[in-house]
Amino acid sequence: MIRTEFLCKSFGSLNVLKDISTEIKKGQVVAIIGPSGCGKSTFLRCLNLLEVPTRGRVYIDDVEVTHPKTDIKKVRQNVGMVFQHFNLFPHMTVLKNVTYAPIKVKKIRTPEAEALGMELLKQVGLEEKAGVYPSRLSGGQKQRVAIARALAMQPQVMLFDEPTSALDPEMVKEVLEVMKGLATTGITMAIVTHEMGFAREVADRIMFLDGGYVAEDSPPAEFFSNPKSERACQFLEKVL
Amino acid sequence: MVLDLIEPTLHIPNLLNLAQAGGLNLDFSQIAPNIPFILGGIGTTLAFTLVSAFFGFTWGTILSIFKISNIKPLKWFADFYTSVFRGTPLILQLAIIYFSSPQVIGYAIPPFQAGVITFSLNSAAYSSETIRGGILAVDKGQREAALTMGVPYTMMMWDIILPQAFKNILPALVNESIALLKDSSLVSTVGALDLMRRGQIVAAEKFIYFEPLIIVGLVYYIMVTGFTWLAQRFEKRMRRSD
Ligand SMILES: Nc1ncnc2c1ncn2[C@@H]1O[C@H](COP(=O)(O)OP(=O)(O)OP(=O)(O)O)[C@@H](O)[C@H]1O
Ligand SMILES: [Mg+2]
Repeated sequence: MIRTEFLCKSFGSLNVLKDISTEIKKGQVVAIIGPSGCGKSTFLRCLNLLEVPTRGRVYIDDVEVTHPKTDIKKVRQNVGMVFQHFNLFPHMTVLKNVTYAPIKVKKIRTPEAEALGMELLKQVGLEEKAGVYPSRLSGGQKQRVAIARALAMQPQVMLFDEPTSALDPEMVKEVLEVMKGLATTGITMAIVTHEMGFAREVADRIMFLDGGYVAEDSPPAEFFSNPKSERACQFLEKVL
Repeated sequence: MVLDLIEPTLHIPNLLNLAQAGGLNLDFSQIAPNIPFILGGIGTTLAFTLVSAFFGFTWGTILSIFKISNIKPLKWFADFYTSVFRGTPLILQLAIIYFSSPQVIGYAIPPFQAGVITFSLNSAAYSSETIRGGILAVDKGQREAALTMGVPYTMMMWDIILPQAFKNILPALVNESIALLKDSSLVSTVGALDLMRRGQIVAAEKFIYFEPLIIVGLVYYIMVTGFTWLAQRFEKRMRRSD
């Protein structure tokens, strides 16, 4: 579903990603973890070309995203993204946030888009907030709307960049619950997170990034009980 | 005797009369029949301001998008354009467009239209800077959220970035519109029958200056105050979503 080959990304002289070659299979849920500043966000953002890789290739569904001829807008419709800071459109109601792209980009008729939007809001437990502006929502509610908005494009892949890091502790759970539910639907998910408990419970795989490389890539049971690399041991000691 | 000699050479004799009277001697009754004529200029002034603001802000928005674009020639053009219109007097721009149009394009642009063209072009230069600032102040997460859903650039600008940018800079644009309303009095210099010009005509006809100009000033003041009030109400409504 997602494949990267020799993916490199530098910002000026700072080489953030040095060589990432990996694959995420259809329906897999991968948790990407690692020390702050190791390039987790950069990796995720290279997958949908929010950052343009310096070298290497990215494939989504066997389409080479990094190819100059690829229509990136088309690819992005199939890859939802959820941000740390939600990025809801403040001048649109909750339902409008969710239906905007389906109506404008996918050209779905408004009643159908609204029906789908209401269904998704129900899925994240917020159907009664449909007519409200985002400023009236709590952080956890905002993030659930953001998830519904991304899902409204009916993507096959969902990217999450620390979806709970900006939330008050008591709101983390409601968002993780929604993501847990999503993980069972067969959608492919790449999640950058600091929630180790969640990663262990929900992910099929843990990708540990360090020093611009994938330092470790293993099932959660193995990664958490018996990490192979020195760096992963140190990291886990700090966060667990 | 001496006064008799001097008086005909004075351009504003009635000011002297006022001074001689030794006090402010307002008499609106003399120009009462001319008041409707003066007020008739409200329409011209308002139409002039609204049309100029509309074209000015539209063109200013396009220029601001040039300024933030990656296409270098568009950026250069917009920056140069702005520097020219900000670096020369408005009244000179008006004179050039009005008086040289017969020579350059072969026919005379009527005063009102010449004014609208000048003020739109000029106001675009100023507002493009404001709008550019407004666009850049919109959180970059908004752009990214739109991009990740495959929203095309124009649609993203129109539906997501510009509404937020305009909301933030609304007070600045209101100020720009008020400046436009007041500066519109400059079209009187090319003969458009706006408020200012009508006041001057009445003054010149009757040799009474103070009263008609006071009326004109009052009307400008009421228009600006009313406009400010409307804009504040509108802004409050826009802030509903906060
Ligand atoms: N647009 C950019 N320009 C320059 N440097 C950048 C840019 N984006 C990221 N970086 C740098 O690249 C490095 C990796 O950043 P990235 O955001 O990917 O880290 P991260 O693993 O997501 O960290 P965190 O856990 O703090 O979110 C950091 O040193 C960061 O300062
Ligand atoms: Mg990050």
